[in-house]
Amino acid sequence: MRSCQFHAAALAAAVFALTSGNALAQKKYDTGASDTEIKIGNIMPYSGPASAYGVIGKTEQAYFNKINAEGGINGRKITFLSYDDGYSPPKAVEQARKLVESDEVLLVFNSLGTPSNSAIEKYMNTSKVPQLFVATGATKWNDPKDFPWTMGWQPSYQSEARIYAKYLMREKPEGKISVLYQNDDFGKDYLKGLRDGLGNKASMIIAEEGYETTEPSIDSHIVKLKSSGADVFISVTTPKFAAQAIKKLAEIDWHPLHIVSNVSASVGGVMQPAGYENAQGILSAAYAKDGADPQWDNDPGMKKFYEFLAKYYADANKLDGSVVYGYGVAQTLVQVLKMCGDNLTRENIMKQAASLKNFEPDTLLPGIKINTSPTDFAPINQLKMMRFKGEKWDLFGDIISGDVSH
Amino acid sequence: MELFTNQILAGISTGAIYACMALAVVMIYQAIDHLNFAQGEMAMFSTFISWQLMQWGIPYWGAFFLTLALSFAGGILIERLLFKPLAKAPILTNVAGFIALFSIINSCAGLIWDFTIKQYPTPFGSSPFLGSQLISTHQAGMIGVTFLLLIALYFFFQYTRMGLAMRAAASLPESARLVGINTSWMIALGWGMAAAIGAIAGILIAPVVFLEPNMMGGVLIYGFAAAVLGGLTSPLGAVIGGFLVGIFENLAGTYIPGVGNELKLPIALALIVTVLVVKPAGLFGRPIVKRV
Amino acid sequence: MSAADEVEVVAEGQAVEAVPKRAMTLGTGTSLIVLVVLLVIPLLAKNFIIFQMTMLLIYGIAVLALNILTGGSGQFSLGQSAFYAVGAYTSAILMEQFNVNYALTLPIAGILCFAAGFLFGQPALRLSGVYLALATFALATAMPQLLKLGYFEHWTGGVQGLVVTKPDAPEFLENALKVFHLKMSQDMWLYYFTLVITVAIYLWSVNLLRSRSGRAFMAIRDNEIAASSMGVNVALYKTLAFGVSAGITGIAGGLGAIAVQFVAPDSYTITFAISLFLGMVVGGVGWLPGSFVGAAFIIFVPNISESISKGLSGAVFGVLLFLVIFLVPHGARQIAIVGQQLAGRFRR
Repeated sequence: MRSCQFHAAALAAAVFALTSGNALAQKKYDTGASDTEIKIGNIMPYSGPASAYGVIGKTEQAYFNKINAEGGINGRKITFLSYDDGYSPPKAVEQARKLVESDEVLLVFNSLGTPSNSAIEKYMNTSKVPQLFVATGATKWNDPKDFPWTMGWQPSYQSEARIYAKYLMREKPEGKISVLYQNDDFGKDYLKGLRDGLGNKASMIIAEEGYETTEPSIDSHIVKLKSSGADVFISVTTPKFAAQAIKKLAEIDWHPLHIVSNVSASVGGVMQPAGYENAQGILSAAYAKDGADPQWDNDPGMKKFYEFLAKYYADANKLDGSVVYGYGVAQTLVQVLKMCGDNLTRENIMKQAASLKNFEPDTLLPGIKINTSPTDFAPINQLKMMRFKGEKWDLFGDIISGDVSH
Repeated sequence: MELFTNQILAGISTGAIYACMALAVVMIYQAIDHLNFAQGEMAMFSTFISWQLMQWGIPYWGAFFLTLALSFAGGILIERLLFKPLAKAPILTNVAGFIALFSIINSCAGLIWDFTIKQYPTPFGSSPFLGSQLISTHQAGMIGVTFLLLIALYFFFQYTRMGLAMRAAASLPESARLVGINTSWMIALGWGMAAAIGAIAGILIAPVVFLEPNMMGGVLIYGFAAAVLGGLTSPLGAVIGGFLVGIFENLAGTYIPGVGNELKLPIALALIVTVLVVKPAGLFGRPIVKRV
Repeated sequence: MSAADEVEVVAEGQAVEAVPKRAMTLGTGTSLIVLVVLLVIPLLAKNFIIFQMTMLLIYGIAVLALNILTGGSGQFSLGQSAFYAVGAYTSAILMEQFNVNYALTLPIAGILCFAAGFLFGQPALRLSGVYLALATFALATAMPQLLKLGYFEHWTGGVQGLVVTKPDAPEFLENALKVFHLKMSQDMWLYYFTLVITVAIYLWSVNLLRSRSGRAFMAIRDNEIAASSMGVNVALYKTLAFGVSAGITGIAGGLGAIAVQFVAPDSYTITFAISLFLGMVVGGVGWLPGSFVGAAFIIFVPNISESISKGLSGAVFGVLLFLVIFLVPHGARQIAIVGQQLAGRFRR
């Protein structure tokens, strides 16, 4: 009798333990997540002046197709809803509201453009929906205190500019710097980073020329900069204008120390059209591997990338840096979602995103890792400098951290 | 002083781009008495076609002339299919049609050839022209071709029957019909020629600005401005207007302190508006007399 | 060289066609039905739909302003985005930098833009048709660059723009609703606020066009020389038309800034001016109710195009636009006329 009671008690205890164990591992969902599905929203400029970047959204769609084909994330399939905002902030607001209120997504991922993201930032934070891994390098996204639901991904423009400033102060302390910058948030953020990085040597900058994207050609700006007598030329430009600058510099026989922003460091997108012979010796910095660079052909990470392209996005231009970018950032999101396990609440997503430790997506340079913390919303802030030689970039030096402390 | 000359020369070289485009704008204006917003996109599309032909192995000049022929035919086709039905509709509706055409062409080009920039070859080479480091041989070639086109157009409009017929059809359609001119086909011809000239403009511009679907957006604004400045009825005015806009823009950017650099385009446009207020038909245009 | 070579003679063609006065608005019955629908929808719809409806009303006001200018007084304008931007920034700066109540910013924006439009109308007097279009085009292209200017950065926020706080419903209304256990969301309040302003502007505009000034506008549109020889002060009325149109667009801009909660130079490019122009054409030039049909077109048709094909959304949009202008070259007004004829037949 006593043994029966004991067994019953033990059984009851066991059952109790099991069920309470399950209660602890309970699934938690916010709108947009369920047992079978995770809805992710995205806003990209598929039309309008920035439509060249639309390919990022297409890459991400292809990547999520791959994840779904491989079983999804913890068994849940990703539904990726990507809308066009034409690089117009009011349209971005409309699309964000549509995603959150009408389509009821779990989070908005990698929306592109500083103006568009600035427009929706307040809304996303008030609605407590993650605005995760925004596709812009503006420094302002690293502000967990005021905007806890917004996080960037790529190295900020200011941190990259600071790295160039450090390099110049070390290698060319007597240099006279001229800067060609795009007159928008991208260009101005860079300029600030350069000035801050140079500190009390900011007087090294002797000439600045801003240009608008509506200008067909920036040739006349180059002429003016040459006449300033500078021997350093920093090109804070988007691909088309970077290529024009490289070409014009060669035409007018001006050979300053030429630094180009990472945004325009793509071999296929900029160096090749501008002419390899004109691009020799140009400096830049990188955090990701370039699809045009044969040195990565046998790299395990890039091999996975090429396999992915072959199977899921065959007509992608692998020379286009945007494609590599889309893959890397999508992989980071998948990692965060995996880390959430069965707790797919928006709060947990932000928590996991802020706890990435030494995560290495396939496409980042060896040694560059993603790290975040509750006070550090800048996942990537390391870069390596590189010099263009022959038909590819030669990395040199150590990995530099471009930390921008607030 | 050196900076001044440099900026003038640089202004002439950018001005050549605007002058090319302005010629196409004037051409279409002569034909339909209105500005076609899709002109730039048509030029861009033609340039892409020539690029594609060269990718398929056809040599430069072969691709050039083939593209001209295709653009000419394409212009006529677009007019017959899309704008002839709108002939009786109000002008504003036609303008909406131009905008729709712009949208369609830009979108299709983006889908077919994607948005990354492409290098475009030049038959003139890229070395410094006469030793000057500010004008390359290509830009000199561009100016040369523009002037050739200009002379050809001048002869066409002034001294050929077809040219006269086209001018008549555009300015006084009723009277033109009364003397037996087929105004409808004159319009189609005008479209075809404008498309062909646009193609030449695009092919000349692409080596400098790099080929991509959005390359003509900025150029078109300047082309309009140059054409209006020079007088919409005068091809010579368009070309000179183009150079003037280029030069003035550069000088404004260099010498107006503070805002000059950030407001280059607005200042150039303000200049044009001022000129128009003083000379409403442009610098070389014929004054317009309205019959009451 | 004969005189014929030196001047270009053109027949005095009508650039903008006349719209008969009676056909300028909807019938009273239809108007009431539309009003009731507009009042009731927010009570049934989600916040997002309310937001879209608010934007529809705002763009409708902007297109209406263009209708007064082009359809009413015959002056082309591709530059409305500039006045919209001035209105939007005025509201934003007053609200964010000077803590002015949002409702007060609207009349200020309106007056400021009226002055701006009136001033712009002065040099524009000498221009017409294509030249005026170019001048307004120039204004629209210049505005984003002016907004980015370093001098003004302290107020305008430069390229980064300004974030605008959305207002809550006023206290007395909230207290009144609490009695019925109802709550009014910010979106709903903004919608009704906008609706009241829209109806007011609409009625005022209809009145304007029916008044002596309106007749003066239309006389100028139909035949400027005849109007001037009849004693109409062409210069005054043309600039007045510009001023009024700019003022109304400015109010729309202010409302837009509040609804979107953000202003930036990139929001007000020439593309927006072209959209407003398209809205006017699709709605029917000169037909005031058509302004809202046009606004619906420019808000919803791009979304539809996108859902049909993401890669070719621009092409689909162009094709749809062509379809519309082929089928109804005179805009929605044509449909309304057909509708009226059908209704007339039913009554017999």
